[in-house]
Amino acid sequence: MKIVVCVSHVPDTATKVKIGDNGKTIDPKDVTYVVNPYDEFAIEEALKTRDAVGGEVVVISLGTDANKESIRKALAMGADSGILLKSDSYRDSLSVAKALAAEIKNQEAQLVFFGKQSVDYDAGIVGQLTAELLGFNSVSVVVDFKLEGEKITAEREIEGGREVIETSIPCVITAQKGLNEPRYASLKGIMAAKKKTIEDKEAAAAENYTEILTMSKPPAKSPGKILGEDASAVPELVKLLREEAKVI
Amino acid sequence: MINSIDYFNIDRLYEKEEIFVRDSVREFVQDKIKPIIEKHYQEGTFPLDLVPQLAELGVFGITLPQKYGCAEMNNIVYGLVMQELERGDSGIRSFASVQSGLVMYPIYEFGSEEQRQKWLPLLAKGEKIGCFGLTEPDYGSNPGGMITRAEKVEGGYVLNGAKMWITNGTIADVAVVWAKLDGKINGFLVEKDFKGFSAPEMKGKHSLRASITSELIFQDVFVPDDNLLPNSNGLKSPLKCLNQARYGIAWGVVGALIDCFHTALDYSKLRIQFSKPIAAYQITQSKLAQLATEITKAQLMNYHLARLKDEGIVKHTQISMAKRNNCEVALDGARICREILGANGILNEYPVMRHAANLESVKTYEGTHEMHTLIIGEDLTGISAFD
Repeated sequence: MKIVVCVSHVPDTATKVKIGDNGKTIDPKDVTYVVNPYDEFAIEEALKTRDAVGGEVVVISLGTDANKESIRKALAMGADSGILLKSDSYRDSLSVAKALAAEIKNQEAQLVFFGKQSVDYDAGIVGQLTAELLGFNSVSVVVDFKLEGEKITAEREIEGGREVIETSIPCVITAQKGLNEPRYASLKGIMAAKKKTIEDKEAAAAENYTEILTMSKPPAKSPGKILGEDASAVPELVKLLREEAKVI
Repeated sequence: MINSIDYFNIDRLYEKEEIFVRDSVREFVQDKIKPIIEKHYQEGTFPLDLVPQLAELGVFGITLPQKYGCAEMNNIVYGLVMQELERGDSGIRSFASVQSGLVMYPIYEFGSEEQRQKWLPLLAKGEKIGCFGLTEPDYGSNPGGMITRAEKVEGGYVLNGAKMWITNGTIADVAVVWAKLDGKINGFLVEKDFKGFSAPEMKGKHSLRASITSELIFQDVFVPDDNLLPNSNGLKSPLKCLNQARYGIAWGVVGALIDCFHTALDYSKLRIQFSKPIAAYQITQSKLAQLATEITKAQLMNYHLARLKDEGIVKHTQISMAKRNNCEVALDGARICREILGANGILNEYPVMRHAANLESVKTYEGTHEMHTLIIGEDLTGISAFD
């Protein structure tokens, strides 16, 4: 079975992000980019599924040449080949989903893994939109996945509990933390990845339905106030918490 | 993203794959070694369950051919991996150094094809563990004086003697043992169940506590002909192995120092005394500047040493210089970091005291600081200061 895993190339969450001069994008200078952390669970599940049922894993990422770094990491973890859908302008979630869906269709893949969301824009809908465009089933925020023949049993996290869902391929699964423990790229995997191909393709054109107007950082925290260092400060603290902060 | 000082942008000199491997091992160390190592250190145990995971990562026998189940990568990669492992703990790096440089390397270099095929894939997979027996209770810097003897008998050899300070000894499935046969040093593969062979653990260490150190005792141990390393030839064979391990140490200790440095740097910015963080005081800044400079010099030395080694033109005296310098600056640096952390520096909440205590051993093993000084001295003057 051909399995596709879609990978987003995102700023490391430890990076201190600055807003660019245009006020609409981040300043990429000094930003370290990594594989979107949720996509690592998606890659691992794709590899485990391939190892169990056979077939191949194709990694797809939409973006610029820089995304090849993340594709390369997926190849080093064990994916078979990669496709870069070249696109250097901003795309909203639906536009990304359309380009991915076109390529997944072209690949004739039956099973597609995404991370539940990418940690840059955090929309959390690209997987589901892609499934809809393809006419595939979809289960999102998955923490347990089983494939038997064409039948899929997936567990997903819901508020305060878990839900077990049964469906069948073709299907899109979006991965949540806890689904598995992603493997580390091994030395042999990294060597083997050198020989694997990454195909460049133009991403299918699609218009944006949304537009980013501005980006801004959260307002700076106002400095704290020290009322005292012993029990005598408690009445004043209670008063301020009640009247000023209005939290009790 | 894990902080790691690269003041001179040395990363630009590495190939993409080299960085890739380093970062993968760095993440592994952060996730799997850092959270468990203090407990093992306190309890004096080696985290044996890490061995299959390290094997899966591919850190054993990095430079050896793929046909024996190894990664067949270059010496930069070997060095960077040692650096990252020792960022976790010198004991973990020691395990990997011994398995790779002192067991797999001699089997590859001096072993028969049958021995290579039998042992190397198992050692690479971590299914078998090896150790290296050269040092004896009375012969450390002077291994040529060894007492351990092999005697030729029908179908094999009989070994008698004792080795000391042997990393992995007690848990090893196979020991690469150096013994004199008719006055000449030869290598033998002694397997753990051979009659008369025992490997009791040495207790009471204040250093390398997350590593197993053992004695090896041979009482009329019969070693079959097939277990002689046929291509070993005198003292220079074990010394070639030591060059591999020393090279790994030169890199490894920089990892330990980088870990100490970042701990001290972070601490200095948060620790407030009087009206400001201690990082704002000139004495602290002077220490941090000195540490950063020594790390950078050591990184550059290692990088160039690796390229010389990959070209096949490195001299053992150059490896001695890197081992000597880097161990010294790492130990001195770890002590300075402990000072920056003040009393907190002695707690196992921080890795600094553990690294400092480990580095006391690392400065001494695989050739003491003094012996490396004399090796360089001999090379410079043409006059040997030792017999």
